[in-house]
Amino acid sequence: MATSSAALGAATARAQDANANSLWRVALRRIFRRRSSIIGMIILGFLTLVAMITIAEDLLQTRIITPFDPNQQFIGDKTIKQRQAPCIHALGCPATQQEHLMGIDANYRDLFSRVIYGARVSLIVGLSTITFAIVIGTILGAIAGYAGGWIDIVIMRVMDVLLAFPSLILAIAIVAVLGPGLINALLAIGIVSIPAYARVVRASVLSMKEEEFVEASRALGGSHFQILFRRILPNSLTPLIVTGTLGIATAILDAAALSFLGLGAQPPTPEWGRMLGDERSQFLAAPHLVVFPGLGIMLTVLAFNLLGDGLRDALDPRLSRSDIGIKKE
Amino acid sequence: MINYTIRRLIAAVPAVVGIMLVTFFLARAIPGKACYAALGEHATPESCRAYEALKGLDKPVYTQLYFYLRDILQGDWGTSVHYNRPVVDFLAERLPMTVELSVTAFFLAIIVGIPAGIISARYHNSFIDVGTMVGANIGVSMPVFWLGLMLAALFAVGLKGTPFFLPASNRLSAGLVAKPFFEVYGWDLVPGTVTYSLAKFLSGLYFLNSVVTLDFKTLWDAIRHMILPAAALATIPLSIIARITRSSLLEVLGLDYVRTARAKGLIQRVVILKHAFRNALLPVVTIMGLQLGGLMAGAVLTETIFGLSGMGRALFEAIQQHDYPVIQGFTIIIAIIYVTANLLVDLSYAVIDPRIRLD
Repeated sequence: MATSSAALGAATARAQDANANSLWRVALRRIFRRRSSIIGMIILGFLTLVAMITIAEDLLQTRIITPFDPNQQFIGDKTIKQRQAPCIHALGCPATQQEHLMGIDANYRDLFSRVIYGARVSLIVGLSTITFAIVIGTILGAIAGYAGGWIDIVIMRVMDVLLAFPSLILAIAIVAVLGPGLINALLAIGIVSIPAYARVVRASVLSMKEEEFVEASRALGGSHFQILFRRILPNSLTPLIVTGTLGIATAILDAAALSFLGLGAQPPTPEWGRMLGDERSQFLAAPHLVVFPGLGIMLTVLAFNLLGDGLRDALDPRLSRSDIGIKKE
Repeated sequence: MINYTIRRLIAAVPAVVGIMLVTFFLARAIPGKACYAALGEHATPESCRAYEALKGLDKPVYTQLYFYLRDILQGDWGTSVHYNRPVVDFLAERLPMTVELSVTAFFLAIIVGIPAGIISARYHNSFIDVGTMVGANIGVSMPVFWLGLMLAALFAVGLKGTPFFLPASNRLSAGLVAKPFFEVYGWDLVPGTVTYSLAKFLSGLYFLNSVVTLDFKTLWDAIRHMILPAAALATIPLSIIARITRSSLLEVLGLDYVRTARAKGLIQRVVILKHAFRNALLPVVTIMGLQLGGLMAGAVLTETIFGLSGMGRALFEAIQQHDYPVIQGFTIIIAIIYVTANLLVDLSYAVIDPRIRLD
C-alpha cells in the first residue's frame, strides 16, 4: 500500500514536471516567435557579451575589444588634443594619427573604450537595482497579501506614499540623504522601485490564496512559510518577470539621469549618464562626447523594453487571447 | 458623483499626510546642517545656534514636526532658508513655468500619441504600423536629457538663420517681458496676501497671461520657446500613449459588436472612431494619469537642459541646499497634483464608460 502510494506520488510529481516543462516550453516558443523579443535578446546578448569581455580584460590585464584602458590618459602625447573628434583610418583619418573610433574626451581618454565599459556599468545597475526591488517587494507584497488585515493596510499605505512621489525626485531626495555615489544611487532607485513589485505580488497572492491547491496544502498541514513560498509565489512569477524586465529599463534610465545630475556614478567610473552630463556644455564643440554615451543608454534601455514587451505578450494569457481574436478577424 | 468625489478626497488625506511625513523626515535626514547652507561654511557655532533658535531647528524633531504640520494647516508654508523669502512666494514664481511645461508636454503627448495609436491599429501590421511602433519603442527608451541636447543642437544651432530655428533656453527672448495682467489692468494687490500669490502664479503662466493682456507678440515668443522643452518632455508619455491606444483599440476591434458594425456596412472610420475608440479609451486614460508623475520627474531634467528656472530645478537645488521649507512646500504641491490626477482619472472612467458607477 505504502509503496503504491509513493509510486503514485512520484507519478504525479513527474506529470506535474512534464506539465510545467511544457508550459515553459510553450512560453519560450511564444517568446521566440515575437520579433520584438528576438531583437531585444540579440541586443542584450551582444551587450552582455561585451560586458563579459571587459570583465575578462580586467581579470587578465589584457585588451581584447577595447583598444585602450578606459582610464588611461594620453596627456604626454602631442598628437592628441583634448576632446578630439573621432579618428577612423577607414574613413580617411591620416594613418600617422592614432585611431580613436569615438574620439577623445576632456581628460584625454579614449571614448570608445569608455563607452564599451559603460555597458557593464549599465547592465549591473539595471540588474542589481531590480533584483533588490524584487526581493524586498516580493517579501512585502507576499506578507501583505497573505496576512491581510492591518498588516496589509500598513504595508500598502506605505507603498502608496512611495508611489505618489515621482520616482526620480524621490530618488534624488534619497541620494541627498545617503550622499552621492553609484551605490547610493542604486539603492535609491531600488527603494523607489519596490512598490511596483509589492503591488504585483500582493495582487497575485490575493487571487491565489483561496485556490483549491492552496487549501489542499493547508489541509495537509503545510506551514505558512511553505504555502507562501512553495505554493503561492511560484505562481506569481510571470507578472514579476514581465514587470522586472520593463523595470530594468526604467532603472537604467533613472540611474543615468541621477549620474547626469552628478548624484550617481563619480569620476572616473565610465558611466554613460555621467559621461554625457560632464560634457553637455561642450556639446557643440565636441558632439561625439554626448552622442555616443546617449546612444549606449538608448540601446540598452530599448533592448530591455523590447524583451519586456515580448515577454508580456508571450506570458500573459489574457493578452494572447485578444491577440488570437485579432488574428481571426 | 459629488458624493464620490468627497469620499475620494477624504480617502486621499492619509496619503497626503504620509507624503508630508516622509518629506519631513527625509529632509531632516540629509546630512549636514541647515545653518551652514544658509549662513555659509564659515559660520561660527554661536551664529549657528542663534540661527537654529530663530528657525526652531534646535527643538526636538517631534516638536518641529508639530509646528510644521500646524503651520501648514494654517496656510503658513514657512520661509526659504536659502533665499530668505516666503515659500509661497517662491512657489508662485517657480511653479507656473513647470505647470506650463508639463501641461504643454501632456497635451502634445495626447494630440500626437492617440492619433498615432489609432492609425497604427487601423493599418495593423502595415508599414505605417511597424514604423510607428518602432518609433514609439525608441521614444520610450530615449533619455530625456539626451534628446533635449540633440533637439537643442539641431533647432537652436543647426537651423539657425532658417525659419525652423527654435530657441533652446529661457522662456522669452531678450528684451521681451510678460507684464503681469494685474499690473496691466492696474489692479491694486498687496504683496503677501493669498490673492497676490494667486495672481502672481496665474501671471507666471505666460500663455495665459499674454492672452489675457492681448500681448500676442509675447505669446508667440513664449510658444516658440516652449516647443523644444515640451517636445523633449513629451516623447516618453507620447510613445507610451501611442502604444496603449494601439493595443487597446486592437483588442476592442476584435470584439463581436465591432464585427456587427462592420457587417451592417459602416465605413471603417465610423467603426473605429464612433464604435471602437470610446471603449478602447479606459486603459489610455489610466496610463495618461500615471504619466503625470513622470512629467514632474522629467521636468527636473528638461529644466536643467533648457536653462529654465522651474519647480523641478528649484526642488533639486533646495535638496542640495538643505532648504527644508522649500523641499516640503514643493513636495506637498507634487502630492496634491498626484492625488488630483488620480481622482480625475477615476472620475473620467464614469464619463467614458457610463456602466461604471462611482457611488
